[in-house]
Amino acid sequence: MNTIAASEKEIVEEFEMFDQWDDKYQYIIDMGKTLKSLDESLKTDERIIKGCQSKVWLHSYIKEGKIYFEADSDAIITKGIVALMIRVLSGHDADEIVKAPLHFIEQIGLKSHLSPTRANGLAAMVKQMKLDALALGATIKS
Amino acid sequence: MVSPFDVKQLREEFPILSVSVHGKPLVYFDNGATTQKPRAVINSLVDYYSTCNANIHRGVHSLSQEASAAYEQARESVAQFIHATSAQEIVFTRGTTESINLVAHSFLSPRLRESDTVVITGMEHHSNILPWQVCCDKASAQLNVVRVRDDGTLDLDHLNVLLEQRPKMLAITHVSNTLGTINPIKAIVRIAKEYGVPVLVDGAQAVPHMRVDVCDLDCDFYVFSGHKMYGPTGIGVLYAKGNLLNEMTPYQTGGGIIKTVAFDHTEYVTGALKFEAGTPNIEGAIGLAAAIKFVTELGMEAISQHEMHLHHYARTLLKSIDGVRFIGEASDNAGVISFVVEGTHPFDVGTILDQQGVAVRTGHHCTQPLMERFNVPGTVRVSFGVYNTKEEVDVLIAALKKAIKMLK
Repeated sequence: MNTIAASEKEIVEEFEMFDQWDDKYQYIIDMGKTLKSLDESLKTDERIIKGCQSKVWLHSYIKEGKIYFEADSDAIITKGIVALMIRVLSGHDADEIVKAPLHFIEQIGLKSHLSPTRANGLAAMVKQMKLDALALGATIKS
Repeated sequence: MVSPFDVKQLREEFPILSVSVHGKPLVYFDNGATTQKPRAVINSLVDYYSTCNANIHRGVHSLSQEASAAYEQARESVAQFIHATSAQEIVFTRGTTESINLVAHSFLSPRLRESDTVVITGMEHHSNILPWQVCCDKASAQLNVVRVRDDGTLDLDHLNVLLEQRPKMLAITHVSNTLGTINPIKAIVRIAKEYGVPVLVDGAQAVPHMRVDVCDLDCDFYVFSGHKMYGPTGIGVLYAKGNLLNEMTPYQTGGGIIKTVAFDHTEYVTGALKFEAGTPNIEGAIGLAAAIKFVTELGMEAISQHEMHLHHYARTLLKSIDGVRFIGEASDNAGVISFVVEGTHPFDVGTILDQQGVAVRTGHHCTQPLMERFNVPGTVRVSFGVYNTKEEVDVLIAALKKAIKMLK
């Protein structure tokens, strides 16, 4: 598996191929469509991150000492960006996830989507991924 | 389509309309949230600070008197604009929200008892729900909600039934911010009066689009904001009929609202000033007066006519797009179109439209109960202003078609 930094670099390179905004968004939309939907039984109130406009559900768990994420959203562009986050962060050590700078979002021109004022739940989701990593990481150590 | 005024020339008055968004010309269809400002309004603020800035109602010096006169002249302008009987019926507030809170706190709360009722409607903005909900909770009173029909109009039979219980207040929007529905306020007030029910009308979405005559409507309170009618943010209006303000206690206390203050007793001034504690938003009031002059010179009838043309044009084109479903289909509409595209989320549609320079509002529009009523997570809302053009509607339609193609 790639390191977090390597996944970020890979995504930045993929996005460099797009000259046009619509190609870029189409790619995000397609990623949203291909991301496996969260099982309905996991879409509980505890897992919901409410944005003002779109919702995100985040399911975090430990497998073989690593932290994994599954997530879903009712909006497809949000879900596409969620897919990018999972690709970068899922399957790593808690410490790595907590420290990940996630500069790639800015580099691929999607920073505004992660603004807390964007009201799509993404900023809160990234925060929640790191908090979950911290909490789950503590259970591994203990 | 012939516009009643020269829109191209009018657009020159709005500096912001020449900006680009994501490299494309801005197409601004979020007028229901806030309108852009004409040069006359922007200049009025600059002029105020450049020529007569001083605190009002206090100084004997010339600047203070000049500023006070401009502020009171603004009150006169507002009174004339909504055809109030006197400028003393006009209180300047921060906006519609504060105006409603003021009435809930200073008028309703002292009158509300356990088991009393208060009536609102199912199409109210959160600002016209929460202040009444808080009052009712405090007094253990009942908040009753008039049902909204499938076409986005009010169930007037249900309203009648609720009014028969002689509620202590009816709070109702003139125009729905989400659906654009124009409610038959005059007829509703007439019925409310038969039961002796005081009526507050939320006019935030009405005053930018149509002629409003509070005496003709006969409502007790009428509230609106400056920024949705080409004026500055942070200034709003509470109209309170006749002597009502004198029956109410101040909402906030402080400087500027007293005759005498001693540590054991204070005597307040009468009239509108009693509700304007502290230094008010002087430049906001002056800017609002400039906005009133701007829309009045264009003519409210002409504005209505222009926006109706655009509304019909856009609606016809939208109707021909596969998957577009309107939320709210009232025949009386004040230039708002709310819709969903089947199989897409409004947030996604709004994001792709934004990439093409088209600004619309998406989401629940601060009317979550109404969204639940129509069982949608939100809508895409297009709301028109004086500077919008038919060509901009064409841009919207092309951008929407592209968004649907990308999302589906």
